[in-house]
Amino acid sequence: MSTVDLGIPSIRPQHASPSSNLRGTQSFPDAARSELGDETLRGNLRHATATIQTKRASAVREVRDWQKLRNAGSALKWQVTDHLPELLEQLEDSVTAAGGVVHWARDADEAGEIVTRLALERDAQEVLKVKSMATQEIGLNETLAHAGIHAIESDLAELIVQLAGDTPSHILVPAIHRNRAEIRDIFLRSMPDIDPDITDDPAALAEASRRFLREKFLDLPGGVAISGANFAVADTGTMVVVESEGNGRMCLTLPRTLISVVGIEKIVPSFQDLEVFLQLLPRSSTGERMNPYTTLFTGVTEGDGPQEFHLVLLDNGRSAVLEDPEGRSALHCIRCSACLNVCPVYERTGGHAYGSTYPGPIGAILSPQMTGMHGPDDPNTSLPYASSLCGACYDVCPVKIDIPKILVHMRAEDVDQRRETSGQFRGTWDVAMKGASKLMSSPRAYDKAVRSAGPLSKVLPGDNIGKLPGMLPLVPGWTDHRDLPKPGTSFRSWWDARERDRAKNPDSPSSDSRTGGPDAAADGPATDEEQA
Amino acid sequence: MSDWTDERPTRTPGVSAKDEILARVRSALAVPRRDEVTDAEDVPRAYQRADDKQEVSTDRGKVRDVLVQRLEDYTAVVHRTTADGAAAVIAEALGDAARVIVPPELPEAWTSSVTADVSQDDGTAGPRELDDIDAVLTGCHTAIALTGTLVLRADGIGGRRVITLVPDHHVVVVEEDQVVLGVPKAIERMAEDPRAAWTMVSGPSATSDIELSRVEGVHGPRRLDIVFIEPEPDPEAEAEAAVKKASARKPTAKRSSTNPTQEKTA
Amino acid sequence: MRISLMTTCLVDVMAPDVARATVTLLERLGHEVVFDKRQTCCGQMHTNTGYYTEAAPVVRSFVDTYEPSLDSIDAIVMPSGSCAGCVRDQHQLVAQHEGDSELEERAAAVSAKTYELSELLVDVLKVTDVGAYFPHSVTYHPTCHSMRVLKVGARPVKLLRAVEGIEVRNLPESDTCCGFGGTFSVKNDATSDAMVTDKAANVVSAGAEFVVAGDASCLMNIGGKLRRNGAAPQSVHLAQILASTREEPFVPSQTILGRAS
Repeated sequence: MSTVDLGIPSIRPQHASPSSNLRGTQSFPDAARSELGDETLRGNLRHATATIQTKRASAVREVRDWQKLRNAGSALKWQVTDHLPELLEQLEDSVTAAGGVVHWARDADEAGEIVTRLALERDAQEVLKVKSMATQEIGLNETLAHAGIHAIESDLAELIVQLAGDTPSHILVPAIHRNRAEIRDIFLRSMPDIDPDITDDPAALAEASRRFLREKFLDLPGGVAISGANFAVADTGTMVVVESEGNGRMCLTLPRTLISVVGIEKIVPSFQDLEVFLQLLPRSSTGERMNPYTTLFTGVTEGDGPQEFHLVLLDNGRSAVLEDPEGRSALHCIRCSACLNVCPVYERTGGHAYGSTYPGPIGAILSPQMTGMHGPDDPNTSLPYASSLCGACYDVCPVKIDIPKILVHMRAEDVDQRRETSGQFRGTWDVAMKGASKLMSSPRAYDKAVRSAGPLSKVLPGDNIGKLPGMLPLVPGWTDHRDLPKPGTSFRSWWDARERDRAKNPDSPSSDSRTGGPDAAADGPATDEEQA
Repeated sequence: MSDWTDERPTRTPGVSAKDEILARVRSALAVPRRDEVTDAEDVPRAYQRADDKQEVSTDRGKVRDVLVQRLEDYTAVVHRTTADGAAAVIAEALGDAARVIVPPELPEAWTSSVTADVSQDDGTAGPRELDDIDAVLTGCHTAIALTGTLVLRADGIGGRRVITLVPDHHVVVVEEDQVVLGVPKAIERMAEDPRAAWTMVSGPSATSDIELSRVEGVHGPRRLDIVFIEPEPDPEAEAEAAVKKASARKPTAKRSSTNPTQEKTA
Repeated sequence: MRISLMTTCLVDVMAPDVARATVTLLERLGHEVVFDKRQTCCGQMHTNTGYYTEAAPVVRSFVDTYEPSLDSIDAIVMPSGSCAGCVRDQHQLVAQHEGDSELEERAAAVSAKTYELSELLVDVLKVTDVGAYFPHSVTYHPTCHSMRVLKVGARPVKLLRAVEGIEVRNLPESDTCCGFGGTFSVKNDATSDAMVTDKAANVVSAGAEFVVAGDASCLMNIGGKLRRNGAAPQSVHLAQILASTREEPFVPSQTILGRAS
């Protein structure tokens, strides 16, 4: 971490506000344990992720230049990161020139204050919202509610989540953890005037949401709507909102006042660059050639759409992500959620286990960087470990964020932090890893240990090790669920025996190299000559 | 139990939010990364851009066929016609709509056979009034074949955004010279007027929010009809194509590398 | 060729048959195998758990072991996709973390001669039919790091398909992780268990006698689950199948979790 003298006294990148929805209350393993016990959830997730994976794969296979598009997308995002201050100022100028008003929000609290003030000034008691990760992250609905303003989510999945008093569990499909029967129940409980005989057919449920929201939309003129943006084009000031249902178009077109809350990383340098992202995002995200609706608007258009446009540019921990050169590409994410859909961990635990607005592999690197990892008890410290490092996320990422590499890097940050804090580097893992490091970097001691593992384990019955609670501090996690092979004669002991055999009978090289002849006799330390 | 604390981010007194955010970002980026900084000219543009051979030299008939096929994949109804037949086909596409709204500069010929009550948008109708309109008829700025996308500019042909949103049935007239093969060419056309209000439409309104199964018809128009005005078939070219088609049955003729329907990566 | 065998720590202790099979196979193909007893571990466990500082001495030990003999050997072979992946992708990162540019350079030199078994066979020794005989049905689990870090692609399957008498059966959801993930299997044991439970079920549904892979750690995980469930398929390493011949056929008790020795 370094500071640069800019004439302003030591302004440093800052983590997100504690009030942000970026951290759960439990560590990932604990939260996952309870989610894993929910059979319905497992079934819902399995079904949904399998469906979307198949769709995405065929949408991507169709594109001959997919890898080249990924390369361009990645480079464009690096261009944005490397030139962010200039591009932000350019964006502000473009938006202002087009009749928009730009606000800057250092953190969740400041963004909440700005939006609340704008809404109150316009006497809004109810505002309509387009699904937006940024406003979910800053807990905008709750902030507005404190000021007596009711925010209504207009995206079907967000509406399901809101009506159920639930939290989103997926970036693209926030209600992915709910199946049709559950959604029907939620609607029956919370939608006035709903047909009590409604079936759980998705079409019928979508129709119900259409009727529920229709009146709200038709009442929007004169009112306020709040959105995010998928892309904010620096050279023209154009906001791009990608959606499917048309609720986005309603909110972006009908109100008098539109407020867009956009993270500072959402910039695309030029309008032309949309040719890359409007190919990468839909196919990666919903697995479609193109999503049903994409709206591109620039400031205010006379006689069409909102006559007042406010852009709130949000930091809230993004500058802290930028501070780590090895981790900063986490900000390149275009929120397609492909990494969630292919992640074997996400598929089993669901999004709630991550405790943050941003779940899944991208969340595991993004959330802890935005909030910081504050020691072993901070739930977000457990997120970089919430991965088997299988690498499927990196393969599908449309902007090539090397998530596994960043996960490992952040594990190292966590370990280093502990190592550098006096008195903290003495957990079970720390002790075990230090011990193993010592052993594995001392060939002679290691050799002895390997050769004695077999004979020692002979005191255990059978071929394999079954359940062994508490025998070794780290082993039960394994043996609670699986057998473990019992160490037998080490390879090196067998090798020595074979070498000796060969030395004795130089004409008949090893009778049977596979099963190995003499073994028990070979268990002993290597001689000095052999080690030289 | 937990011995960690999460502090409120620091704000520097007397510094504006803008200056503070920019200073934070500059300070963060001062920590150099392993690779060289990426400038605009470093972005690899090897993907198929607007001037790509496939975009510029693919047979127009093929491009049109792809557009139709991809539009139909989204369950949009496509009516293929020629300039002479357009009026009748438009009337047919509007079906039993009693009240139709059109943008102010729509060619009059397009509504000449429409029996419904056609009103020209004067920019005043709000969503409640539009909710009583059965259908909207507009033109199009650009149509993208590979993605089945119609690009509407909010102008005298594409209409105010609200008129193509609230009525439940949208009929779009697409003309041959508006059709491009891929997204980059479409963006290039849009970039001539980037600050316009643009809407890209790919099929009717849809959602996949329930178990990721696609359901059509949520808030936007639930019916989408495309009237595609194609060039009059040239009898000579027709005959030539027929000959080609016959020879195409031989396996050697199947290796058309510019066939956009065969985008699959090897 | 003269090939130096880096067994990996796991194989040396827990699955020595895999290393023996590697020796048998390479010698049968006419190559000389050497084994340097100073070898310990590649450091993957430390690295992937974030203990770079503790990984550094292990990496140094690895480099110290193999660097001196780089001129006298043609290749270093590791019968493990993830360990070879660690050598190739992570040794330099560890050195960088320690600010040790000399180690970084030396590690790069060693890494350039290090191969996973299927890479060595197909790319270096240019062989796909190794003359093996294995009259059993198998299903192949590609293992994540072989597939996504090393990108070995179809090499192992090509090798398997060339084996006489073998029947290779399709493994449903083959490219999904088995849930091992090194210390992940212990730190996130419940999630890991859910993953290996599904993998084991897929292996059973493939209906083969054996599940084969190029990584003993994944096989220990899958095999351990199958064994715990009392399921029939046995886990066997690619090297063991390729080592098996008509003259010296594979002994079924030598699977990862069922060694006779």
